[in-house]
Amino acid sequence: MKTLWAFVLKEIYHILRDRRTLFILFGMPAAQVLIFGFAVTNEFKGASFAIYDQSNDPVSIALGRHMSGSGHFKQTVVAHRTEDIHQAFQSGKIKMALVIPPDFGDRYRSGNRPEVQVIADGSDPNTATTLVNYASMMIAQFKAQRVNQPFHIEVATRMVYNPELKSVFMFVPGVITLVLMLISALMTSLTLAKEKETGTMELLLVSPLHPMMIIVGKVLPYVLLSLINAVLIIAMGVYIFDVPIKGSLIALLGLNTLFIITALSLGILISTRTQTQQSAMLISLLSLMMPSMLLSGFVFPIESMPWLLQMISTVIPAKYFIISLKAIMLKGVGLIVVWREVSVLAILTFVFLLASWKNFKLRLE
Amino acid sequence: MTHEPVIIARQLTKRFGPFTAVDAISFEVEKGEIFGFLGANGAGKTTAMRMLTGLLTPTSGQASVAGFDVFRSAEQIKRHIGYMSQRFSLYEDLTVKENIRLFGTIYGLTQRQINDKTFQLLRKLGLLDEAKQLVGALPLGWKQKLAFSIALIHEPKIVFLDEPTGGVDPITRRQFWELIYQAAHEGVTVFVTTHYMDESEYCHRVSIMVDGRIAALDTPRQLKLTYEADSMDEVFVKLARTTSLS
Repeated sequence: MKTLWAFVLKEIYHILRDRRTLFILFGMPAAQVLIFGFAVTNEFKGASFAIYDQSNDPVSIALGRHMSGSGHFKQTVVAHRTEDIHQAFQSGKIKMALVIPPDFGDRYRSGNRPEVQVIADGSDPNTATTLVNYASMMIAQFKAQRVNQPFHIEVATRMVYNPELKSVFMFVPGVITLVLMLISALMTSLTLAKEKETGTMELLLVSPLHPMMIIVGKVLPYVLLSLINAVLIIAMGVYIFDVPIKGSLIALLGLNTLFIITALSLGILISTRTQTQQSAMLISLLSLMMPSMLLSGFVFPIESMPWLLQMISTVIPAKYFIISLKAIMLKGVGLIVVWREVSVLAILTFVFLLASWKNFKLRLE
Repeated sequence: MTHEPVIIARQLTKRFGPFTAVDAISFEVEKGEIFGFLGANGAGKTTAMRMLTGLLTPTSGQASVAGFDVFRSAEQIKRHIGYMSQRFSLYEDLTVKENIRLFGTIYGLTQRQINDKTFQLLRKLGLLDEAKQLVGALPLGWKQKLAFSIALIHEPKIVFLDEPTGGVDPITRRQFWELIYQAAHEGVTVFVTTHYMDESEYCHRVSIMVDGRIAALDTPRQLKLTYEADSMDEVFVKLARTTSLS
């Protein structure tokens, strides 16, 4: 126990005396939350849109006014033909179009479910989703204001350029994933590679220390740091960006701890395969950070990936972590509901731990 | 010197797949002896040393170090030997004192033993004023002396030095060898690899490895007589030549 403490203390000295490490540990997470948070914001004002009013009826005109009058949308194009809408989209003049069919007014008055169509530019999925959601909300509002009249407007949404749009951008779970990967996996592989590079690993290996002790002593400080960071990011998400935490905080922390162990075992695995910090860094970035960002469903929806990438994504721990994280944070469900994702994550972790332990022993030979 | 071998190797062999790195080497090292272990790069020096320090399990043969068998008691061996690697290796971002404390704790010294040792060691090396300096800020020669002293912190019976003087100037090397002599005088057995041939003259006995075997093993003086050479350098060249011709 005393030895372990001496070891942890040594690691803390390493961390505190290296400005670069300190920056990565505490500067990066905060920077990522802020960058993702402010760059990918759901708030928008005056999004340009077109109205193609085929009905040209008092009700349809009122609907158009309701939309433009909100401040969220600004009508920049008045379309008279379908081609007008296409042209406006292509030239980038509009982000969204509202098409009101010729029978809108009649159906409205007869209470026969009037329909409108909202078209959005799917080449920018996140904006498109947000715009469509806002438009739907506003149309519902329009309906609610005239609730005394017996009518119901059906909104049929069509996404042009990306019909199967399903991404809901939730950056806080994604950033937690990235940061935990960064600290737990990248930093662990770096710190172990550094010991090899400077030759101190050899010194530890010929000492009577048990190999397990060497590993535990090295990673323990990073486990704690990762947890602190996870809490920090969640707190920033809650207090700066109003991200809800609907589920239990304990389940959330438990899930984070599991993922930290996953990432640590990956870091150890990488370090057993590399001799220098540079290669450890490169391998971590390429094999962990990139897939965690691109194939986990954080940035791109897995459902719309080609079959091969979907297959690859099934062994990416970040995928399961993000799914469960979103479920607990945003949907407020317990761990039981996401038991499948959590068990897959646990199994993957176990496999990685086993592989890294075996590799570490092999390397001693 | 009384006959009291502390390292015994008998037909010690290590194979990596089809490649035989160390081929049935046999030798004994006496207590308090400075035993030079020479050979070109790739001759099997490091592999042999790794087997004796408990880092590698031999493929066949027998060996015991400090009375412990390398197959069965590798952990005991680790407790009773000191080790200093070819790359100078202490923690550069820890202070002199922190390094001493860390390794003292790793080798199971008590708090009090560590305090005593720290003071002794710093005084001996003349580093009392530098105790709170980062090791990285010290000149290479001092680092190496410090590393050697730390390798002896738990008073091991044997200390293994893997090319300890690489990259230092002749004067510092000389001073380093004085430390080695002092340790040997106090009864510590020193097992040292080097590729400075002049350094091998300082050893009591020298073994020269070529292609995984021990090609010659004797005192430096006897080796020079046998090979009709003026210096160890010449002995080495002649040996390497005859072996590669055979």
